[in-house]
Amino acid sequence: MSYRFEDVASVKADLEKVDYLSDDGIAGVVYLADRLQKPILVEGPAGTGKTELAKSVAKICNARLIRLQCYEGLDEAKALYEWNYKKQLLRIQTERNEGDADWTEMSDDIFSDEFLLTRPLLEAIRADDPVVLLIDEVDRVEVETEALLLEILSDYQVSIPELGTIEAKQIPLVFLTSNNTRELSEALKRRCLYLHIDYPDMEREKEIVLTKVPDITENLADQVARVVRSIRQIELKKHPSVSETIDWARTLVLLGVEKIDEETATSTINVLLKYQSDIKKAVKELGTADGVTV
Amino acid sequence: MTVTDAESDAPPPELGAPILDLLSGFIVELRNAGLPVSLTENLDAMEAVRHISIGERQTFKYALAATLVKHANHWKAFETVFEVYFSLRGQEYAIGDGSDLPEVDDDGEEQDGAEGSGDQQGGGGGESLTPEELAEMLFQALMRGDQQMMRGVARQAVKRYAGMEPGRPVGGTYYLYRTLRNLDLDGVLERLLEQEQNEEGETSEFDQRLQRDEYQSRVDQLQKEIEAEIRRRLVADRGVEAMAKTLRKPLPEDVDFMHASREEMASLRKAIYPLTRKLASRLQRKRRHGRKGPLDFRRTVRASLSYGGVPAEPKFRNPKPHKPEIFVIADISGSVAAFARFTLHLVYAISGQFSKVRSFVFIDGLDEVTTYFEGVEDINEAVHRVNTEADVVWVDGHSDYGHALGVFWQKYGQDIGPRTSIMILGDARNNYHASESWIIKEMKEKARQVHWLNPEPHSYWDTGDSIVGEYAQYADGCHEVRNLRQLEAFVEHLA
Repeated sequence: MSYRFEDVASVKADLEKVDYLSDDGIAGVVYLADRLQKPILVEGPAGTGKTELAKSVAKICNARLIRLQCYEGLDEAKALYEWNYKKQLLRIQTERNEGDADWTEMSDDIFSDEFLLTRPLLEAIRADDPVVLLIDEVDRVEVETEALLLEILSDYQVSIPELGTIEAKQIPLVFLTSNNTRELSEALKRRCLYLHIDYPDMEREKEIVLTKVPDITENLADQVARVVRSIRQIELKKHPSVSETIDWARTLVLLGVEKIDEETATSTINVLLKYQSDIKKAVKELGTADGVTV
Repeated sequence: MTVTDAESDAPPPELGAPILDLLSGFIVELRNAGLPVSLTENLDAMEAVRHISIGERQTFKYALAATLVKHANHWKAFETVFEVYFSLRGQEYAIGDGSDLPEVDDDGEEQDGAEGSGDQQGGGGGESLTPEELAEMLFQALMRGDQQMMRGVARQAVKRYAGMEPGRPVGGTYYLYRTLRNLDLDGVLERLLEQEQNEEGETSEFDQRLQRDEYQSRVDQLQKEIEAEIRRRLVADRGVEAMAKTLRKPLPEDVDFMHASREEMASLRKAIYPLTRKLASRLQRKRRHGRKGPLDFRRTVRASLSYGGVPAEPKFRNPKPHKPEIFVIADISGSVAAFARFTLHLVYAISGQFSKVRSFVFIDGLDEVTTYFEGVEDINEAVHRVNTEADVVWVDGHSDYGHALGVFWQKYGQDIGPRTSIMILGDARNNYHASESWIIKEMKEKARQVHWLNPEPHSYWDTGDSIVGEYAQYADGCHEVRNLRQLEAFVEHLA
């Protein structure tokens, strides 16, 4: 078994090459996931780059990204596999026209690979080329549906009653993301490495802005990061996410702003904050030098 | 990237038995701190550390966290335990030794382990700096945001001001307090801002705010350095297990409402929002996937036609979601204010799950505060208004449950219907006034349910001036609700 990554530092460097700025925690967990062959459960506030991480890792491994978007009501047929019912029917009809067909032969026939429709999970298991499997927003499925994932996460195999167990040809890197709208089951958590991605600190956020917004000056990026940090310290309904920071930085560049003063900040703050009450509060807070929050 | 701070220069301990011992001690302590670490997770952690050199301290920490901590709220507890178990121990951290700024110096002298080797030398080499010099260094360090220098200042400050004595069984808060008092960080912060102002001339409030936040974050960092330094010294002095035990703190969901420190309050406030979101989505799901309604005869017969008249597929009516109406009556006098605040917050955050929520607050008088919550996006603000604007004082501002209940019964008693669930929050410490418990009895007859939530531990009930038992005999239930975990469980049960 060969590993994908040399060491933690190389993971970090590689991620940086594809414009994903990680930290010791993120790079360390990705490295471990490769070594221990375990899936990673990524949690954190919305817009901190959870999905982006999976995409970037796929990029540095030159792997195909297979994505399963979870939603309420997701079932086996959409996540794992499904029998191609129509094709099976056609097959039976053709056989019948040809005359005497053996029952067992036929049933073996119509429950074979040819009639199997693979869905993301099975596809990831059966892939010959390197793949990264992303199970996005896993907290959206019901607790019962979570159980579907358990076999694949711990043993990298899928059991199909008619065909038997299909084992992975190679262990894919698996990412699960969760926005934490509900507690995931212990069984699921136990099988995963846990990574909590929080808002980055100021330095890292500045770096992120610098890489993601090409035309920005270092000075402006620094100011952007500072203002965002100040806003995050205010008690708000929804704090600005990294993607919103980037949007804001882009806006400022488009407007040709050189230095952020109170006026520019308040007039463009709706890019950062999405609730009217938050906007009001932030504008009020930023205008007072004391920085005392309620 | 390799970690570049001084801590990473530690010689990696030999792998094998010692590290395994250390790890298993570490995991036992995590469990003691309340983290649910399963056996498989334990094994994963052991496997993980084989791939990561212990010398890379940060990565090592994250590796352990990834395998052992599966909940963002537990991170802080993990960090504390980690710092205790994997802090650097060595000669230079022994209490009372003296070394010069700013680098960690190795003043020869072989030292075996570390524990308990500190002997008081009365401040030692730390004396080489006068308080003025130290203050100046502190100022410079914060001014420039120089990490190395801050660490040096932290070391010196602890050595100089904390007055640590070997063998004293304290948790370090006292030392921290002493150190910080002498450093006067708030004063330094003001000075920094003043200097900034003088240099840059008049700046707008907005810029000042940003500048203040910048310095504040540096000050916070310094404070963390100081804490770490104290902890390191304490661990070196008293050994890992004793330290871990004194530092053990409840997880946010287990913090007692009535005795929460300011810091814990902040963490509670942070924890309540995701908690309500989770609770709301769970209740919604429960409602949607809940029991089926009664048999729908017509549809069953119709469906039976496709089975030749055999009712093979029974059909059910859609369930009628019953949404209770909630009255919250909360004592907001000093002792239980925090509890009332959290409960109101929680109830309003999931108010979508109820057909109507009305809230009343009292001390010795009673006032309806439902309107404060109407059309407000920010529950925090509404709760704040409740605490400041509601007219709840009748005579002297000491809790009088009897009178408050009387007012309630008189003014709002007729609004109670068979669909109303009533939650009464308070410790029932009535200052020896009349209890008027017949009101609860009457309420119970009219309402669907009456619940009493008491933030005091069960063993304190009915002691002193607490008369909760007298009320409880008429209520449907009387519950001890001391922390978020219990509150969440109760509200879920109610909805």
